Amino acid sequence: MAHGPAKGFSRWLYTTNHKDIGSMYLWFSFAMFFLGGIFALVIRAELFQPGMQIVDPNFFNQMTTMHGLVMVFGAVMPAFVGLANWMVPMMIGAPDMALPRMNNWSFWILPFAFAMLASTLFMEGGAPNFGWTFYAPLSTTYAPASVTFFIFAVHIMGASSIMGSINIIATILNMRAPGMTLMKMPLFVWTWLITAYLLIAVMPVLAGVVTMMLMDIHFGTSFFDAAGGGDPVLFQHVFWFFGHPEVYIMILPAFGVVSAIIPTFARKPLFGYSSMVYATASIAFLSFIVWAHHMFTVGIPLLGELFFMYATMLIAVPTGVKVFNWVTTMWKGAMTFETPMLFSIAFVILFTIGGFSGLMLAIAPVDFQYHDTYFVVAHFHYVLVPGAIFSITAAVYYWLPKWCGKMYDETLGKTHFWLAFAGLNITFFPMHFSGLAYMPRRIPDYNVAFANWNMISSVGAFLFGAAQVLFLYIIIRTIVSGKKATDQVWEGATGLEWSVPSPAPYHTFSTPPEVK
Amino acid sequence: MLSIFKRSLALLLAASLPVAAEIDPWQYNLTEGVTSVSQNVYGLHMFIFYICCIIGVIVFGAMFVSMYLHRKSRGVEASQFHESVKLELVWTIVPALILIGMAFPATKSLMEIYDTDNAELDIIVTGHQWKWQYEYRGEGVSFFSNLSQKSKDQIYSADAKSDDYLLDVDNPLVIPTGTKVRFLVTAADVIHSWWVPELAVKRDAIPGYINEAWTKVDEPGHFVGQCAELCGKDHGFMPIEVKVVSPEEFESWLGEKRAEAAAIAEAAKQTFTIDQLLEEGKVVYDTYCAACHQANGQGVPGAFPAIAGSPIAMGDVGLHMDRVLNGGVGMPPFGEQLTPVQSAAVITYQRNAFGNNMGDIVQPVDVVQYQQGQ
Repeated sequence: MAHGPAKGFSRWLYTTNHKDIGSMYLWFSFAMFFLGGIFALVIRAELFQPGMQIVDPNFFNQMTTMHGLVMVFGAVMPAFVGLANWMVPMMIGAPDMALPRMNNWSFWILPFAFAMLASTLFMEGGAPNFGWTFYAPLSTTYAPASVTFFIFAVHIMGASSIMGSINIIATILNMRAPGMTLMKMPLFVWTWLITAYLLIAVMPVLAGVVTMMLMDIHFGTSFFDAAGGGDPVLFQHVFWFFGHPEVYIMILPAFGVVSAIIPTFARKPLFGYSSMVYATASIAFLSFIVWAHHMFTVGIPLLGELFFMYATMLIAVPTGVKVFNWVTTMWKGAMTFETPMLFSIAFVILFTIGGFSGLMLAIAPVDFQYHDTYFVVAHFHYVLVPGAIFSITAAVYYWLPKWCGKMYDETLGKTHFWLAFAGLNITFFPMHFSGLAYMPRRIPDYNVAFANWNMISSVGAFLFGAAQVLFLYIIIRTIVSGKKATDQVWEGATGLEWSVPSPAPYHTFSTPPEVK
Repeated sequence: MLSIFKRSLALLLAASLPVAAEIDPWQYNLTEGVTSVSQNVYGLHMFIFYICCIIGVIVFGAMFVSMYLHRKSRGVEASQFHESVKLELVWTIVPALILIGMAFPATKSLMEIYDTDNAELDIIVTGHQWKWQYEYRGEGVSFFSNLSQKSKDQIYSADAKSDDYLLDVDNPLVIPTGTKVRFLVTAADVIHSWWVPELAVKRDAIPGYINEAWTKVDEPGHFVGQCAELCGKDHGFMPIEVKVVSPEEFESWLGEKRAEAAAIAEAAKQTFTIDQLLEEGKVVYDTYCAACHQANGQGVPGAFPAIAGSPIAMGDVGLHMDRVLNGGVGMPPFGEQLTPVQSAAVITYQRNAFGNNMGDIVQPVDVVQYQQGQ
């Protein structure tokens, strides 16, 4: 009993074990992924053809808002925290996270935050309907009453993220095995270390901005109300000071995942390890000085506009370095294409396409045409879906045999990949076209000129959704009846996590390993 | 460099020349538009796109070659090289140089967009939930521009939509050719964004701010656009229509608009019967109020209060006028947008319809007096 988990529900409620908590994070984020996906399918069903058929415009706005919030805060971020919980201690040879009780707490407040957020759908006046960016004064003076619950939910999510980040930083800086110097850490650990600092820097900013909203709504202040001497644009500056680092929070750990997988299946060390670390750090730094590129049309003075344009274009440099390093890692390797590798290669290609549209969006004069159109929707879905979601999926296939000791079905895995790959491109590639053909985003109904692209996008979305149901089936089947996995699992895998048995014992590295 | 993309622009122009009003259901690219700004923007867009394509071909090409040649099934042995400072420097410096090459034309184009000096005509564009207001500064002309009734009727209908569905309005903005027009963009309630793609003008309309944008169109034409910033329920239903006409036509159109305003002022002096007011009031209600308070006056619980049994519609007339004319509690003011006759009619209608049966009448002159007394 002393070294095994408790039985029943209390195991999960009281656990301080990083593997248990990691699993809970991952399952929770998977549930949120489906919830956010259902919201997306409501959107795509309504947009299948012109005219209003299924929902009313107000509910449509609730769907776009909730889809964004649930996917960003409920699916992507907790999934990466789950991966960090499982993998960071095992990768650095630590027995557990540095602050196990806080770890339990940072997970367990999340389900309450999202239950509260989801419950707004059933409140009088409906759920938040002002977009996941919740620009004031639409989200303050003109918001439904449920905005207060939204604010509280965001506070809780922020607290959870901050605690999670402190824990990750404390673990990485204090609990590395002897010999594991910083520049020997796997890149996933590095990217999470940097991400955790980003989170600690910007989540309080988000908490601040929602608190100012709360004050405006309930306590008569006018932070964002022009009629009271406030400034609606201030909201956007504060929001995007959080929001831009936030998008890198959702992609840096993905870089780490892919940097682990590509070398394994190319059977060749990662090319340019130290330049990858420096590139990650540069991206993190730049993320703090580019926020106003989300606001090129708000009327920033010319000099400000130029500064943010140049700074944004600069991000292409370290990002390019990463892509070139991955391609060079593949070069002259001996590659095999198991499911994690397929997802990782798709990540590199499709994320780069998202990077290209990002570069186009960085050019301020042209951004006047792209801003708030479907071109932007295409752009950020190309970085988030094949970026964050594909890398999380790749990570699950890659480490699942280590987590549960059983191997997934390769044929089913590859089927999942091709369905998801096709679904994603059919959904989001046409959005470039409808956006350039000037379809604004966040509209529930549209002119017939956009009908063809929208119909194609909707078909793709349902295909993508179906592919994720297959993913769920594959995972359950693996856990229930997968074939026994070896300890090494992958021929080319290197790193401490592969030196422990499969499935990984409840406690690993109680005695620290020696790293040469 | 500019000349390169101007030439490619001319080529593309010849290849696709779309007529403004014609619908192309497979349109996949940005419009090149009709102003020097929009054409520069289009050229820049294509220039960057081509650079991305070239980089894409090189990077993805290398990946695919590698995926073909360097696979284990071909019996290759993996090399173990993993570092090259020289390579890292190359792919840091070369992209940086390409970016500098992009920054020059981008800066030039941006400076042109920001040059709002020496405008010959100022139009104040005000975003409201969910319509646009255009005021011709110093011309005594101001009006609202709503989604056309034709489009509204099609939203929930199963019939085929017309080509200009959701892109047509009741009162289009009219501007003269060959004139530098400056738009002073602001908003009355939440943030909107005024966007006409063919003019390459997009500016956020923000309460408390006046943003500047400009255009100069040389040929007469008809252009459409939409609100680009989420502004609430009917964000998708507040299009923009711009008619560009010759300066002579523009002057006579201004004259007509002034005459209309005079006629409205004249009508406000008349007295109407309750039946006349109720008839007009229902039309006004369905056009302006029903979107939120619903056609049956029941509202939407938690979002929009009901008119039926409303303490305002069944309370003091002065407070009722105040709410309709000046707005409040999330409701936009209608005093500027409705004529005194319309305001009087809709207030009378709300006090007597949906079982409210107050039996009182508000005349246009009451509205005028109320507004003057403010």
